[in-house]
Amino acid sequence: MEILNDLLNYLPAAIVAVGGLVVMMMDGYKAKSRLIYQTTMFFLAGALVIATYDLLYQEVGTLFSDMAASGSTAAFGTFIVVFGTFFTVILTHDYLIGVKHNYPQVYPLLMFCTVGMIVLATANDLVTVFIGLETMSISLYALAGIIRDKQLGVESALKYFILGAFSTGFFLYGIALLYGATGSTNLSEIGAYTDGSMIYWGGVSMLLVAFFFKISAVPFHMWTPDVYTGSPTTITAYMSTASKTAAIVALVLILERALPYAADQITSTMAIIAIMTMVLGNTVAMVQDNVKRMLAYSSIAHVGYLLVGLAAGTDLGFTAVLYYLLAYSLMNIGAFGVVAYYEKNHDVHFNNIESYAGLGYKQPLMGILLSVFLLSLAGIPPLAGFIGKYLVFAAAVEAGLINLVIIGVLASAASAYFYLRVMVYLYFKESKEPVKLMKPLRVYSFSLVVLAVLTLYFGILPAGITELIASYFSGNGLAIVP
Amino acid sequence: METLLNITIYLPLLALVAFMFVKNDNAIRWIALIVTSLTFAVSLPLIFNFDSANSHIAQYVTESGPLLFGLDVNYIVGLDGLSLLLFMLTTFLGPIVVLSAWTSVKKHVGAFFAMLMLLQTGSLGVFASLDLILFYIFFELTLIPMYFLIGIWGGADRIAATIKFFIYTLVGSLIMLVALVYVGFDAGNAVNDGVFITDWRVLSGPEYQIGLVEQTWLFLAFSLAFFIKVPLFPFHTWLPYAHTEAPTAGSVVLAAVMLKMGTYGLIRFCLPMFPNAMVEFAPYVALLAVIGIIYGALVAMVQKDVKKLVAYSSVSHLGFVVLGLFALNTIGVQGAIIQMINHGLSTGALFLIVGMIYDRRHTRQISDFGGLAGVIPVFAVFFMIATFSSIGLPGLNGFVGEFLILMGAFTSETLDNIWFAIFGTTGVILAAVYMLWMFQRVMFGPIKHEENKNIKDLNAREIGLLVPVMIFIVWIGIRPTHFTQFSEHQVNVLLEEAAQKKNEILMSTNPAELPSWANKLYKVEINLAELKGDNNE
Repeated sequence: MEILNDLLNYLPAAIVAVGGLVVMMMDGYKAKSRLIYQTTMFFLAGALVIATYDLLYQEVGTLFSDMAASGSTAAFGTFIVVFGTFFTVILTHDYLIGVKHNYPQVYPLLMFCTVGMIVLATANDLVTVFIGLETMSISLYALAGIIRDKQLGVESALKYFILGAFSTGFFLYGIALLYGATGSTNLSEIGAYTDGSMIYWGGVSMLLVAFFFKISAVPFHMWTPDVYTGSPTTITAYMSTASKTAAIVALVLILERALPYAADQITSTMAIIAIMTMVLGNTVAMVQDNVKRMLAYSSIAHVGYLLVGLAAGTDLGFTAVLYYLLAYSLMNIGAFGVVAYYEKNHDVHFNNIESYAGLGYKQPLMGILLSVFLLSLAGIPPLAGFIGKYLVFAAAVEAGLINLVIIGVLASAASAYFYLRVMVYLYFKESKEPVKLMKPLRVYSFSLVVLAVLTLYFGILPAGITELIASYFSGNGLAIVP
Repeated sequence: METLLNITIYLPLLALVAFMFVKNDNAIRWIALIVTSLTFAVSLPLIFNFDSANSHIAQYVTESGPLLFGLDVNYIVGLDGLSLLLFMLTTFLGPIVVLSAWTSVKKHVGAFFAMLMLLQTGSLGVFASLDLILFYIFFELTLIPMYFLIGIWGGADRIAATIKFFIYTLVGSLIMLVALVYVGFDAGNAVNDGVFITDWRVLSGPEYQIGLVEQTWLFLAFSLAFFIKVPLFPFHTWLPYAHTEAPTAGSVVLAAVMLKMGTYGLIRFCLPMFPNAMVEFAPYVALLAVIGIIYGALVAMVQKDVKKLVAYSSVSHLGFVVLGLFALNTIGVQGAIIQMINHGLSTGALFLIVGMIYDRRHTRQISDFGGLAGVIPVFAVFFMIATFSSIGLPGLNGFVGEFLILMGAFTSETLDNIWFAIFGTTGVILAAVYMLWMFQRVMFGPIKHEENKNIKDLNAREIGLLVPVMIFIVWIGIRPTHFTQFSEHQVNVLLEEAAQKKNEILMSTNPAELPSWANKLYKVEINLAELKGDNNE
């Protein structure tokens, strides 16, 4: 019966997995793409409801003989991933029809990818982490090149695959070394180890390199701009939010449970990487004329802010990171959603900032939405992005990393320049050629409005959610005894 | 009454909701006017019921539970002597600003008034918030609408101007945010059982004391943000630019309300939290203020554009306010507070008037005018009163503020040097030079341009919006005590407490533990010897 109980606690992943198989079969039997989309949404909605329930009520525990965890961070990560996927699928459906590449294969791939992410975010064992990471990555490689006749897309998929496979190698090597040093792959058992041998540190650094690659921290970020620019826009939104969330939740878990010994000593490493990531991401984003590429660099910069929270390494820091992931998912999916909307009205090259001139007045709602998301990304109160940055920086101040925070806020001030630049084109410039914009589908604009309202809500009233997240780290929340 | 304060702050947002559904431009204007007038009406009981004998205690306080878990950030709003007048000035100017934009804004009317309403809520929130983080949130919130106001409805060079304005302010305020968070944790450890706290009433109280080294850095971080906002020379470069490009309504709010956030922040946060740094840095800041007074006046003198001239005169006038604040005696600080209001009224009126003439002639170049007094006499009267008020003619409001500030600077023990006041006084003379010269060139002399002969005089709407401002200009000039009474008690208490706190912090420092620069800066050994000498007597 235990397996049944475990499965019940793992229901969101199970639903998404079954859903993925079902829609794959439907595609095999040549079902209409709209039906496949509806089926996908049906399964995802079910998973979202249960993930929300789990987020609020699931008890902390371990599943499948300590291979996975339930409750607290696991439930939180699952929720964000499923939530992000839910909106991604809505946006993707419309977007792919708009750019006339309506491949139904995208739905099963998205579902399998989501399963991988959930496994990753709920992992309690390095082997599970690996399985999740690979399931996610392989689906993402395929998704990046889903528009098969677009050269840029295929190129980005291949680049992502080769570099990704390389980082997987690092990850496996890291697991092997850690197993050699500690005799276990279970997170808590590794955490009990406090003897810093050469093999242990080798394992830790390999593991971190692999994670830095997945979350695109400088200097392991090289693939990010190309892949993000080449992939279909809504898939980019998915990659930059859900997959990053899953990877960072896993990283938080590993740092918190498996490597508390190392975590105390790698503060300065984390801080240096955070500084490099923030500075490079923001400065390079400033000179981008392609909005998608600008958002790609901005997403690198946001990883830098997240790393500030990890560098702090305190309970407040981890709370801040998880809150930030939620806020970041909301605003980044939203921003990419509006970019995708502008793009699907024209062609895939409609991403140059020049072509945005005067668009803000064409479909006012979309202009306002993009402004809200960008202002939130820039960290302007009272939006969720501000609270996220505030918490992250507050945690670092508490940990005494004042210099890091000062560099962080200056980088953040610089970032305002390129986010505002989009608004300059949207509102302050007149369009040279008459641009026609179709009215967005109701479900499309409605889902973006939901994201914007949530961005505002979590910015004004963050008390409830921060309390929930903080409870994960208050000591007893994490007491998972092996 | 607590509810009334909250209603006043958030009422403008109601108009925002209404704008979503109303498409008719005229209806939008009326909604904006009604809502801002209502806001003003609702705010009136706040000043009539204000207990000025206890002005140092925040009144009408609303306090919520923590907004962020684990961090004791609360929603605390309330008014005290420092904020009351500025708060009232903001609500008072609301309908006036709406009226001023009645016909001059033609494109995207709904969006324009939506931005004005957002700005109104943001500004009211800044003056009412008693929690530092809340203050910061409102402080930043005012940036977004102003960014759009300048960027969409501004002049030819608006894009560069608005980005410069935004980035300048943002850099300053983000650095302040770091300092603010540091203060929160530090205060938490010192006085709140280790829980982060940013309640102003606790931080400004005598229990929370910051060591000299930290004080220096924190003071610099806080004051940088405020100096940029004021703007104090040499951080002023964004101001003339933003002012010139902004639409009339934007300029008025920028000059009358937003610049005051800087000076207001200095007195509310820097003085009670960093008394030692405030005193030691006072001569340097006063020097910058005096440079700003003279520099602003000299640059204003050579301007060819009326609006730019008024903008530079702002730099000069705000220099007076900073000089008064850093005199750190009752008379100087009181003068600074009343001068904030005066500057809001007189410069606001000047911007309104410049906007009116711009609406008629679509130029602001002084050389394009001349001899207007004969053509538009009513306009001339209002323009003259505003000009005199800005110069500081006795009997009008400007005189009161400048006189008190200069008195304060003369008698200040902190500055201990009458040259600040002497050089500051030249600013008054220079103001007369550039304002009167401009007035003469615009209003008197022969009419050089044909177009100027047929300018229409002010209509009822324009007279209606200027008259209330003029009433207050004269009222403050004749009976300044009606206005200074609100803050007097609080300023006394604040200065006393700050002086006491300063000595306590000095007494508790060990000169041997301080780095040598701090010893030199705060003259710790000399001051300590003096203090101990006083105590023995």
